[in-house]
Amino acid sequence: MKTLIPFFAVVILIVLALAGVNMANMQFLFGVAIPYAALATFILGVIYRVVKWGRSPVPFCIPTTCGQQKSLPWIKQDKIENPSSTGWVIVRMALEVLLFRSLFRNIKTELRDGPKLAYGSDKWLWLAGLAFHWSFLIILVRHFRFFSLGVPFPIRMIEGLDSFLQIGVPLFYMTDAVILAAVTYLFIRRMTIPTVKYISLPADYFPLFLILAIAASGVIMRYFAKVDIVSVKQLTMGLVSFSPVIPKGIGSIFYVHLFLISILFAYFPFSKLVHMAGVFMSPTRNMANDSRMVRHINPWNYPVHVHTYEEYENDFRAKMKAAGLPVEKE
Amino acid sequence: MAKFSAKPDELAKIRYAPPETEWMETPVEFREHMFCHAAKPKDLETVEFPNAHEWSSKDEDWKLPANWEQTILQGMKDLLGKYRSFQLFMDICVRCGACADKCHFFIGSGDPKNMPVLRAELLRSVYRGNFTLAGKILRKLAGARELTVSVLKEWWYYFYQCTECRRCSVFCPYGIDTAEITMMGRELTNMIGLQLGWIGGPVANCYMKGNHLGLEPHTIKSSIEFFLDDIESITGIKIEPTFNRKGAEILFVTPSGDLFANPGTYTAMGYLMLFHELGLDYTWSTYASEGGNFGFFTSNEMAKRLNSKIYAEAKRLGVKWVLGGECGHMWRVINQYMDTWNGPADFMEVPKSPITGTVFDNAKSTKMVHIAEFTADLIKHNKLKLDPRRNDHLKVTFHDSCNTSRGMGLLEEPRYVIKSVCSHFYEMPENTIREKTFCCGSGTGLNASENMELRMRGGFPRANAVKYVHERHGVNMLANVCAIDRATLSASMDYWVPGVGVAGVHELVGNALIMKGEKERTQDLRLEPLPGKEGSE
Repeated sequence: MKTLIPFFAVVILIVLALAGVNMANMQFLFGVAIPYAALATFILGVIYRVVKWGRSPVPFCIPTTCGQQKSLPWIKQDKIENPSSTGWVIVRMALEVLLFRSLFRNIKTELRDGPKLAYGSDKWLWLAGLAFHWSFLIILVRHFRFFSLGVPFPIRMIEGLDSFLQIGVPLFYMTDAVILAAVTYLFIRRMTIPTVKYISLPADYFPLFLILAIAASGVIMRYFAKVDIVSVKQLTMGLVSFSPVIPKGIGSIFYVHLFLISILFAYFPFSKLVHMAGVFMSPTRNMANDSRMVRHINPWNYPVHVHTYEEYENDFRAKMKAAGLPVEKE
Repeated sequence: MAKFSAKPDELAKIRYAPPETEWMETPVEFREHMFCHAAKPKDLETVEFPNAHEWSSKDEDWKLPANWEQTILQGMKDLLGKYRSFQLFMDICVRCGACADKCHFFIGSGDPKNMPVLRAELLRSVYRGNFTLAGKILRKLAGARELTVSVLKEWWYYFYQCTECRRCSVFCPYGIDTAEITMMGRELTNMIGLQLGWIGGPVANCYMKGNHLGLEPHTIKSSIEFFLDDIESITGIKIEPTFNRKGAEILFVTPSGDLFANPGTYTAMGYLMLFHELGLDYTWSTYASEGGNFGFFTSNEMAKRLNSKIYAEAKRLGVKWVLGGECGHMWRVINQYMDTWNGPADFMEVPKSPITGTVFDNAKSTKMVHIAEFTADLIKHNKLKLDPRRNDHLKVTFHDSCNTSRGMGLLEEPRYVIKSVCSHFYEMPENTIREKTFCCGSGTGLNASENMELRMRGGFPRANAVKYVHERHGVNMLANVCAIDRATLSASMDYWVPGVGVAGVHELVGNALIMKGEKERTQDLRLEPLPGKEGSE
């Protein structure tokens, strides 16, 4: 059930787009209205989430330290894994966001006879995660060719790198294969590792199916059931210039692709996918371990009821005097 | 209740395959030896905790206050607004499972709800059901559920099967820290009067008497005098420390566990010998006689209330700075919380070693230095005469405490000290030390006796790594810088790796320290013969 419901949800979405375009001629709805609404939802939703996180303060300085602290001058500090300044925090965060540093640490624990616990390197999740996110980003950037008049140089450069194998016509993009493989791996992993399967929710499978369908429809459009690319660009340029047009004769698979992307964008802020924005705000990673050097302020710090020394001495004065301990009041 | 008697071989047969039923459909089962007794109402009343009542987790009816659901949900709302960590960690987990096999309780028990991700989902599911749009509309499809008595019991069982060690947070791609989740979960149980006896008692003691063990001022003095007698018989030197002395340069604060039971007491002897040899102008305090903070395992407010004594006493006595002993969670609190709660400590000076002149700039705001930093600096400057051969009967490995490694980064200082006072030092496997160190299995107030199976299961990964160096190098001593380690690892070693002892780093320092005017030593601090001196007494 956990996989079937999200699977059929994606199937229904595809059918909706096909039916809407082919049978009801709702090209404007699927080509213009929904994409606009989805983008607005994405932007406003992400802002809402980030503002909501931002409104909860960070009362304590709680970095997870993963290396030697700054202490004595002759002891080498691990500035990246245990930063004590903002500059090194930025380095730590950059490694985290760009290269998934923490996931790179992943190890696999195995219980063998003896009993003996063994820890082996386990980089597959890191590799698949990195491959997936980077290819997603590159593909996204490549798509900007549809939203700009010419094709800007950086995008041409990325396209050139992505297709440097020079296979086929149109040229084959490596990221297309990588993203399909990576998402498939992430899905298979979720289904086959018993513990991961056990913790998985429908909300974990839905984005996988959705992204798989988006990538697949894109690949089909580019390499197999080609759509009229000139018309597509006409439509996308219309969107970006806020004077939408619906050119005739774009294949319906394009509308499926666009609709699924719209769903992904709209779904994004209300799901676990917001980790993209959240990772930047994680206090265990984005803070310097300097709380013995600089006082961290808690905005809601309030006075508390304490047991004072005076009360303590009142409780024990006789015993303290008998033991020869100094007292404030004789 | 039958005594815990499972053999190590049986306990190590661990099944990691999750059950057939989905976790939301698998109600919690309270297994003997896996949970702690409830707190006594009088202990909760001492510190003005709400809803103190008699109850037992084995009972069907926990005698919860009438509006307990509202209390919890309102409490969650407040905490979400006060802690970005909590709000964020409720929202961004992708359930990748990288944390799953990183938890010592999961490795030792195979219970899927001990996977950090699932421990957090216990709370997250209620969060989704009550605080998110998707959860309110899609319910179970979005992983949401109602708050029920059964859910509360699950929280109770599993938030008190987490030692807030933060190992999972090292591996999490977003730094999600289960310690934060567990701390929130425990705050919530405290709002309706649910607390562990082994936490509630020490908290009440510490509040009224200044330390977890409830040692009264005269008892603290006499305990230390008892150590002084032993030191005199070992070294021939009579030490006269001071207590509650105004005008001392340094206030020394250490966990009270070191004054009470072996092997922590040997660590306390090491401190006393070191400070005497240096002629340090320092004082003990009977009011601020606790470095640890069991309040940290109940609520943020309680932790602050207990912690306040350190600065208050430093101010009353007029000391220049504070020196802190070997303890784990104590140092997470001092490093990451104390100054924020009870600072600024502007009535003191930036700590400066009176022996070497080293200024501890890294503690310039808190004014509190870790003894391993202090001693490492002494050794580096050749201020101590040491004879490591006196530790030659020991093959030592070092256990990093969770909190000093992942909540501070005190990794090299204790190693430098150990290597200077011991000839035989061996590291445990790389994935079990430093930031990847394993918990002793008994932290955060879980060091009771009625939950011995839980403790042995949680201690299994650490013990197994010790076993590795025990078999490979003949390691027979597990050094550490944590009072809870000293109190609990002995049991874990006896169970999993018999033949390995447990010692604080400053016990090893005390053994090696050549003191001015000492007689020829024939015994170590445990009153056992030194190597080569067997049979000389």
